[in-house]
Amino acid sequence: MYNEIFDRKIEDVGLQTGIDRLTPEKIEKTVKQVLEGETGAKLKVYHDTCVRCGMCAKACHFYQSHLEPSYSPVAKIHQSIGVLIEKDGKVGPDFIYQCAQIAYTECNLCRRCVHYCPLGIDTAYMMSTMRRICHKLGVTPQYIQDTAHSHSATMNQMWVKDDEWVDSLLWQEEEARDEFPDMRIPLDVDGVDFLYSVIGPEPKFRTHLIYQAAAIFHEAGANWTMPSEPGWDNSDMAMFSGDFEMMGRLKRAHFECAQKLHVKRIVMGECGHAFRSIYDQGNRWLGWKDYPVEVVHSVEFFTELFKAGKIKMKAKHPGIATIQDPCNIIRGRGLYDHLRFLAHEVCEEIVEMAPNGEHNYCCAAGGGIINCGPPFKNVRMSGNKAKADQLKAAYDKGARTILAPCHNCHGGLEDIIHHYGIDMEIKFLGDIIYANMVKTKAVEE
Amino acid sequence: MYHSIYDLVTGPLTWLGFGVLVLGGLFRMVSLYSLAKKKDASSIAYNKAKYGIRSILHWITPFGTLGWKENPVITVVTFVFHICLLATPIFLGAHIDLWDLNFGVSWPALPDHVADIMTVLVIAAGCFFAYRRVVDKTVAFVTTWKDWFALCVTMGPFITGFLAYHQIFNYQFMIVLHVITGIAWLLFIPFGRLSHAILGWYSRVYIASEFQGVRHAKDW
Amino acid sequence: MQNTNGWNWEPGRKVETYADCAQNSEWLEEWCVSPDGETVARVACTAPAEFALCVNGKLSENVYEKIICPKFTPDGKLVAFVSQDMEWFLSVDNEVGEEGYGFLWDSMWADGTVAAAVQQDMQYGMIVGGKIWDNLFENGNNFTLSPDGKKSAAVVQVKSLGQADIYTFQEGVFQVAVDGEALGDVFMNVWTPSFNADGSKVAAQVRETLYDYSIAVNGKAWDAKFQTVWEPRFNPKTGGVVAPVRQGGKWGMAEDGKIIWAPKYAQLWHHQFTAEGDIWAICAPEFGKFALVKNDKPFSQTAAVVYDLAVSPDGKRAAAMARGEDRMFSVLTDTGAWNGKYDMVWQPVFSADSSHTAVRVDRNGRQTVIVDGKAYGEDFDQCFDPAFSPDSSKVLIKALNGDEYIRIVADVSEFK
Ligand code: HEM
Ligand code: SF4
Ligand code: SF4
Repeated sequence: MYNEIFDRKIEDVGLQTGIDRLTPEKIEKTVKQVLEGETGAKLKVYHDTCVRCGMCAKACHFYQSHLEPSYSPVAKIHQSIGVLIEKDGKVGPDFIYQCAQIAYTECNLCRRCVHYCPLGIDTAYMMSTMRRICHKLGVTPQYIQDTAHSHSATMNQMWVKDDEWVDSLLWQEEEARDEFPDMRIPLDVDGVDFLYSVIGPEPKFRTHLIYQAAAIFHEAGANWTMPSEPGWDNSDMAMFSGDFEMMGRLKRAHFECAQKLHVKRIVMGECGHAFRSIYDQGNRWLGWKDYPVEVVHSVEFFTELFKAGKIKMKAKHPGIATIQDPCNIIRGRGLYDHLRFLAHEVCEEIVEMAPNGEHNYCCAAGGGIINCGPPFKNVRMSGNKAKADQLKAAYDKGARTILAPCHNCHGGLEDIIHHYGIDMEIKFLGDIIYANMVKTKAVEE
Repeated sequence: MYHSIYDLVTGPLTWLGFGVLVLGGLFRMVSLYSLAKKKDASSIAYNKAKYGIRSILHWITPFGTLGWKENPVITVVTFVFHICLLATPIFLGAHIDLWDLNFGVSWPALPDHVADIMTVLVIAAGCFFAYRRVVDKTVAFVTTWKDWFALCVTMGPFITGFLAYHQIFNYQFMIVLHVITGIAWLLFIPFGRLSHAILGWYSRVYIASEFQGVRHAKDW
Repeated sequence: MQNTNGWNWEPGRKVETYADCAQNSEWLEEWCVSPDGETVARVACTAPAEFALCVNGKLSENVYEKIICPKFTPDGKLVAFVSQDMEWFLSVDNEVGEEGYGFLWDSMWADGTVAAAVQQDMQYGMIVGGKIWDNLFENGNNFTLSPDGKKSAAVVQVKSLGQADIYTFQEGVFQVAVDGEALGDVFMNVWTPSFNADGSKVAAQVRETLYDYSIAVNGKAWDAKFQTVWEPRFNPKTGGVVAPVRQGGKWGMAEDGKIIWAPKYAQLWHHQFTAEGDIWAICAPEFGKFALVKNDKPFSQTAAVVYDLAVSPDGKRAAAMARGEDRMFSVLTDTGAWNGKYDMVWQPVFSADSSHTAVRVDRNGRQTVIVDGKAYGEDFDQCFDPAFSPDSSKVLIKALNGDEYIRIVADVSEFK
């Protein structure tokens, strides 16, 4: 039934080359190896007990946007890993293409559907396992695979070379000294309060984010450092491509960077998935139940700075703003109150989208989908009309700014507002704080 | 002839049914738990009763969760279906008489006409589910023979019980069929779709602990 | 093991303020203290975009546009990277080489030799003892020196990659280069090359396909493949190469491709050899619980996190930093955990006779040194790594309090 309905195949070199190299024997062997070797009771219980009630359908922005049965969470299972389990891996290569496309590009692993399933079935886990099988079969979208390669070769997601990293920090430090004459981006300082970590694109083409963060820390009088060696990138596309061995290697490099410097905490930039990789997935793969170094997200850290009066606003961001709640820090880590506190601290007026908080809709970029690159951009656009409708409703209530403390949300919403022609601008908290804070240490203008 | 069949089904076969329910159920719970300990150690390490109980309390409350709120019709039908489904066989006067006769234990019974209405509700709810499986495209898309099988097994004893009670068709035949379908009910609960009755609690407690404990968020 | 012979071991304390630099600088950066505690250095900003080194209170004559990553080598040389006119130079004890480079980072030291990673004209390699490799590469990382300082190695990229060129990458683009010469086979990934004692062999972690990991010695991989591996070490007794390996989702130890510790650990890493060929490591006997392990026998005391493993000179004892489920730090040793709980604990240091252990700790923002679990009666704003006298009877404490730098030689018996 599902094969006939799956008529939305998208050409991708990585997926196509991958399935061209597959044989049914290889598929069967690999599926069995993952199902028997790597999964356990969790997968079995989910598979056995799902009563196919369809209650989860309404949870998913893909379903809500298309209103088409094949996009419901349970349908994603039904068209991919459910079949592999039922048939013990006896499927053909074309079917694997379908599985990969669904798992990598039609599920953000956002876990919204958990709020809907009376039996507590975690569709995101099923899709992750599906991705794991695809990774093992060598059937992964080209762009996310390239990112995973970059991670493996450089420990960052953008092929940033060792020297380019330090160089970009020094460059931002130099730029910033025009504004804050004695500002520093301290390198490799042992025993300080926190190590600040960012994602690969920041030194590559969003260096102003490093500038802004450093300026805020400087103004707050923070005792902090950045590492001069690999491990500085907290992002993790290997977690999403299904390459868990690489995810473990990356998280080890990241945490050991901090352990080596004996910092008390890691403060993480405004990124969601990186946060997930350290409190939820990467640490576990390495055997740590808790993270080995306390990690706080920027949203938590900025909240501390404001509550302690270390940062004050000169003026609030003008106009009305709405808030995109990033799945990985709100549904993933309960930072709703922190984010609301900050939003009201830095913006003149907030209108909420509905639903919001832990019941928010994903931006459709998360879970690695945006990293699958241009071939799948439209999947994110057509698949998130639901978000566009929410944004339009906020726009109608006067909102012109979207506060989105997550890199993926930024990328995803940027595409959505262009695609749907919604005239709004997207901001990181850091953008607004930096632009509007009281700068006691800056040169007089 | 009829009596020997009746004795067989209400005697050894019923024992078998309860045996499979209890032993099979225990077996599945124990074997899956030990499998989880072996293979899902990094998941179940976070399990906490506190979170599980909090979550269960929400989910056994109609409209107590986002999923229930957003699916109001299913919510009403599901609660009615399951309450009647569990309460009717346990509190039916005729069933209690059998317990009394065989084991000398008894408890208050539902008035027969109430049990009759509850039976009708189960059948009606079942019909609604069947209707959805055919007409609602989203549900139809994911429906397999397993779901029809589960629904049929579940409905069997209610339909036959209803027919027998109202003496439609041959009573004796119906009552044997009722006992047989009832046994099937017991036999299949530990396995396949119907195992949600016993295994659903595991996944509930687990996801509750993940959400509340690790992710500091509600799972409802 | 830090050689502490010839240092000033006279008991007592020396207090310095080194105030001169402060008067002549816009700001002073973090303190760097030499191993013997006699020299302290700070980077000083002397004017906008002008930096000098402040050593024992004296500002250096030479100034640069930038000075970064100052650090003392175990033999007491002050190494830093300095930049002038868009070029980078390696500064050793304030002496700067003639040659300038595109970039320098990751300074390292072995047996008297100073080396660093270098980028010159967008080509990558190393400078060792002031000399740059003859061959440079498109990219390089994981730089290292042999224990005798005579050989250097790095992971280098030997084939170019196009945009999102996933298949060239999967055919392999990385190799180990020793002294600039690429060695053996080309792999998809190579990490952490590591030399044996005389520098004649180099072992590294390699990934041959997306799924097959192994250890390559001089560029030739073991026949055995694993789910993944961690960094290899040479057995000083047999010359064998030993690395943690993952099989069936569990970690064990393999030597020259053969399993020597059956895979049963949830984690196994940071292994170290003793001179006798015994192996110490950090392991996780079960998920979420870490412990010390010697020769495949885990110690019973566990903690949520164990790091900074130190093995005593005689190889019989070990100590490490531990973090509990309460997120407080303590010291874990082969005889159990010390009582104290801290906000941070640094790597333990053993005395030459292996009988004492000293650790720098932080509690509520005040730091001190504890020896064998017993505290020194005074705390400071900051401490540096402690050291023991060659006869193991005295402890060197280097500390900061306000503007004061304090060097204390205390008897082990003073810790109570
Ligand atoms: C006591 C614990 C039980 C719980 C918590 C439970 C929970 C649920 C839930 C949440 C659903 C999904 C919503 C729906 O489609 O109605 C469901 C469906 C179902 N349950 Fe249960 N159930 C339990 C026991 C049973 C038992 C004992 C049976 C029968 C032997 C049963 C038969 C069914 C059937 C047939 C469906 C599917 C309805 C459909 O076709 O959509 N349940 N159950
Ligand atoms: S809500 Fe849960 S039980 Fe119902 S179809 Fe979705 S996953 Fe299955
Ligand atoms: S995208 Fe989110 S809501 Fe949709 S199936 Fe995936 S995890 Fe569930």
